[in-house]
Amino acid sequence: MNVAVAIHDVKQDAFVPASEAGPAPKRIVVGFGFWIFLLSDIVMFSVLFAAYAVLARATAGGPTGAQLFNQVNVAIQTAFLLVSSYTCGMMSLAISTRQRLNTYTFAFITFVLGAAFLYLEVHEFASMIARGAGPQRSAFLSAFFTVVGCHGLHVTAGLLWLVVMMAQVAIKGFRPAVDRRLLCFALFWHALDIIWVWLFTAVYLIGARL
Amino acid sequence: MRPLALAVVLIGTVALGGCSGGVFDPKGPIADAERLLMLNATGIMLAIVIPTILATLGTAYWFRSSNTRANYLPDFDYSGRLELLVWSIPIMTVILVGGVAWVSAYDLDPPKAIASTVKPVRIQVVSLNWKWLFIYPEEQIATVNQLTVPVGTPINFELTSSGVMNSFFVPQLGGQIYTMAGMVTRINLQADQTGRFRGMSANYSGAGFSDMYFTVNAVPTEEFSRWVAATRTTGPVLDAQSYADLAKPSQAVAPFSYRIVAPDLFSGILSGSSTAMQAGDDPRCVGSLASQRAEK
Amino acid sequence: MNLLGKLTWSAIPFDQPIIMGASGGMILGIASVVGWVALKGYVPYLWREWLTSVDHKRIGVMYIVLALLMLLRGFSDAVMMRAQQAVAAGGAQGYLPPEHFDQIFSAHGTIMIFFVAMPLVIGLMNFVVPLQLGIRDVAFPTLNSISLWLTASGILLINISLFVGEFARTGWVAYPPLSGLQFSPGVGVDYYLWSLQISGVGTLLTGINFVTTILKTRAPGMGYMRMPVFCWTALASNLMIIAVFPILTATFAMLLLDRYLGFHFFTVDAGGNAMMYVNLFWMWGHPEVYILVLPAFGVFSEVSATFSGKPLFGYRSMVAATMVICVLSCMVWLHHFFTMGASANVNAVFGIASMIIGVPTGVKIFNWLFTMYGGRLRFTVPVLWTIGFMVTFVLGGLTGVLLAVPPVDWQVHNSLFLVAHFHHVIIPGVIFGVFAGYMYWFPKAFGFKLDESWGRRAFWCWFIGFHLAFMPLYVVGLMGMTRRLQHYDVVSWQPWLIAAAAGTAIIFAGVVCQIVQFVVSIRHREELRDVTGDPWNGRTLEWSTTSPPPAWNFAFLPHVTGRDAYWSKKALARVTQGQPPEAREYKPIEVPKNTPTGFVNAFFAVVTGFALIWHIWWMAALGLVGAFVTFLAFAFREREEDEISAETLAQFDRAHAVEGAP
Repeated sequence: MNVAVAIHDVKQDAFVPASEAGPAPKRIVVGFGFWIFLLSDIVMFSVLFAAYAVLARATAGGPTGAQLFNQVNVAIQTAFLLVSSYTCGMMSLAISTRQRLNTYTFAFITFVLGAAFLYLEVHEFASMIARGAGPQRSAFLSAFFTVVGCHGLHVTAGLLWLVVMMAQVAIKGFRPAVDRRLLCFALFWHALDIIWVWLFTAVYLIGARL
Repeated sequence: MRPLALAVVLIGTVALGGCSGGVFDPKGPIADAERLLMLNATGIMLAIVIPTILATLGTAYWFRSSNTRANYLPDFDYSGRLELLVWSIPIMTVILVGGVAWVSAYDLDPPKAIASTVKPVRIQVVSLNWKWLFIYPEEQIATVNQLTVPVGTPINFELTSSGVMNSFFVPQLGGQIYTMAGMVTRINLQADQTGRFRGMSANYSGAGFSDMYFTVNAVPTEEFSRWVAATRTTGPVLDAQSYADLAKPSQAVAPFSYRIVAPDLFSGILSGSSTAMQAGDDPRCVGSLASQRAEK
Repeated sequence: MNLLGKLTWSAIPFDQPIIMGASGGMILGIASVVGWVALKGYVPYLWREWLTSVDHKRIGVMYIVLALLMLLRGFSDAVMMRAQQAVAAGGAQGYLPPEHFDQIFSAHGTIMIFFVAMPLVIGLMNFVVPLQLGIRDVAFPTLNSISLWLTASGILLINISLFVGEFARTGWVAYPPLSGLQFSPGVGVDYYLWSLQISGVGTLLTGINFVTTILKTRAPGMGYMRMPVFCWTALASNLMIIAVFPILTATFAMLLLDRYLGFHFFTVDAGGNAMMYVNLFWMWGHPEVYILVLPAFGVFSEVSATFSGKPLFGYRSMVAATMVICVLSCMVWLHHFFTMGASANVNAVFGIASMIIGVPTGVKIFNWLFTMYGGRLRFTVPVLWTIGFMVTFVLGGLTGVLLAVPPVDWQVHNSLFLVAHFHHVIIPGVIFGVFAGYMYWFPKAFGFKLDESWGRRAFWCWFIGFHLAFMPLYVVGLMGMTRRLQHYDVVSWQPWLIAAAAGTAIIFAGVVCQIVQFVVSIRHREELRDVTGDPWNGRTLEWSTTSPPPAWNFAFLPHVTGRDAYWSKKALARVTQGQPPEAREYKPIEVPKNTPTGFVNAFFAVVTGFALIWHIWWMAALGLVGAFVTFLAFAFREREEDEISAETLAQFDRAHAVEGAP
């Protein structure tokens, strides 16, 4: 029978497995929680991917992916997003060394790259709609616009978040709460990048070859 | 004792209640097989469930705190042998019932043809708001809310919907199958006894759903031929135009028949609902449309 | 462009007396309560201590209060349906026209699953899990408050649908094409979708919160295999929430896009695929029922162990069974539509999978049995609910295994047999479990027990009423009666439906007994007072606190070295009795500040939801902006935590002379 004993001084030399070490520090707890949120977001994207896969051939006699997709555009978008992930990493480094100017600089570059990505995407959508290939045309197009658009909405939210975070850094400095939120933002931004990789593979590359 | 009594009552009422036009009153081989399946599976499960209920009540009663004769075993929280038992009883039950389920899922698969020396009758079914259209493509007649079939003959159903999802269900002949727009589902049923059986939609489809039932008339083969001939003499024509009229929402439609049906109307209904469901889009539809063309 | 979108005065059904009566009653009830609260001057207290609270104990209680109130509405829907079906035989049309009846059965299912069962279970987990883990609160207390109030937003929206506009007439699953714009052009489906999307966000946040809490913030020494089983079931349930609620969010988003922007995910034309909705919905829907039932199983584990005076039998097996159910439940969804025409291969595989999930459930039943074996069982009301569950649920599970055999399912799918089956598992499983849970933990939450006699009466009314209400439904289901019928022509079904209505009346008596139980217990709370904090001779850490616990739960986080931590602590205390307690130095602790963020955000959520339903775009935009501003205000607040001084802690412990306190 195990006996639970309330002792205050745990022998420091006794090996304590992580699962028995008590509540983790706040930064780890927040990071872990945010990871779980990201996983749930990936589940949501998976559903949209699955819908795209199911409906990829349902073109209703309308335009197909091969006819619509501009792979050069997609490549540029990818480049923007990948580089923005790099600059976001640089921003995280600047935050960890408490360098304000570098933080703002890399945040700004990240923002510009993200905005450029969005601009290209909106432009692509607008031109497709102008050609009569809007989401109301067929189930395939509904699925395309939704999965790509959902990612774009996440990027938009990320940009908004970035602006707010820079305001927080300016007003509150690098206090622990701000630091944790910046960690979450960085995780978010990198996750969006990963999802984009799946997205352009499944939607633009494979989708154009159906 | 109460749950045991309830279990007996449940089975008893099931047995009694089934004697009126339901799942326990089969009139054909499919429904017959399905009933047997249900009774077997129930029996297997009850063999576990009833002792469990008795053991629960018995244990709770015996080990009540006021019972000084019962042993108090405050450290009894693990026993390897009991664990083995506790895991293996459900596993073995599941293997048994699972085996039954596996085999029957194949045996009674709705699109599987019923083994018979009699040539099947083909019927195409369309669920509309809120009535049923039955097209006999070979006899080139159609009926609404009334299905006449010859006894002892396999019926080969192809089903679709004009819009919302419904479910074609005649409990005394077999299981149900959904009807969906732009798609074809298939089921094979057979009536081995003459009589009138109730059919219905088993998937809620809107305001007129409660009246969406129909009668199945199982008649001897000669009478079926006579009925077909009689139907050909009177009644309106079913073509794209009259179908469009029929498709308008209506409820509690009295049964009537069409004396002639335009050829390929069913394919037209199929592709009319879903302009994107072209051959090559979806493997299911490739199969169905191809087989329809092959059967012409 | 109409300033109020689709909203006009004709949205209020002045010409329908039943609805006007129900809405009027509801509004009057709410107004009187609010008025009484205001007159008595309780508003500042309520605002400070409850509405802006981020304390898991308060949030848990509020979830349960909301859920029990919605139980009354969901149950009224049930009464109306049973009454309608009891009379609408032969040519009779009953008293509820189809347009009304169809909304009632849709609302009944939606309310019971999303706004009764979910909040009940989440409320219990909220209250109990941090106490059982020996910690002060969940990982993200403010997020917890946001979750609660988003659920309340969904509740408010669905209640507004009663008298402004209409509710969905599609059933609680809302399959397209029926739920698409072509066949349901009204606002009903939009009410359904938005209230569930909004509360779904809250639920997802709860999932994140609890998984993080249970995995990352347990008390020192509490390794995984030393956690109470209720915490294991809470973990499994919340893991499933994270895994499957996003599926529902995405699916509803697609249906919303179809309805609002003319997309073609599920339409009849342009390549839409309604079958995909069915698949996606049930990929969420099946795990959902396990999300509900696993914490209830956890309650039964706690109750059976405590009142037998023995540890739970087969702890490792119970944990394994719980996690197996967690995984398997995500692999069986197709059994909800065996009749949709999948191939025999597919049907067979899902049939087998659905049966396999019966194995861990069976293991749990046997383990509860062996927990009682060799115990000294006290027949308190929670134990009655537990035994009632055990003997009833196994029969419900039997019908479930039957339904897992595809050819059997083809005969009873969507019939009243099916309806009887799922009530046969949800009511004994989830409802009895929550009833046992709230009786068990009520003294901890409020400092006094609930009256046992009224509890017994409630149990017997529910137990008998349940059987009388649902066993006849198996019979009519086998007789060929399909579900959701507003009237029917087969008169031989009627006697059974009348019996079912009688059963509903007995359940109603049970509900009345429960209400009386609350009133009587509050009146006699001094006699029922729990002074020790441990009214049941409990085994787990929540019983080591006072009843109710202080806001900070534990002045010192307990050090745990085994299972049933409190039981062992009491055993040790008996051994070391007479020895003076070790002196401990109190240190000040930080607790998160109360905040109106959750409440205010929920207000904007309701505004946005209502505006979207009625196509009032400017109002929707304002609502979203409002929510964003609320978050900004939260993000930029100066202080995030309050400090509780060491002196306060010491004073509290001295005043309560907590047994077992250091």
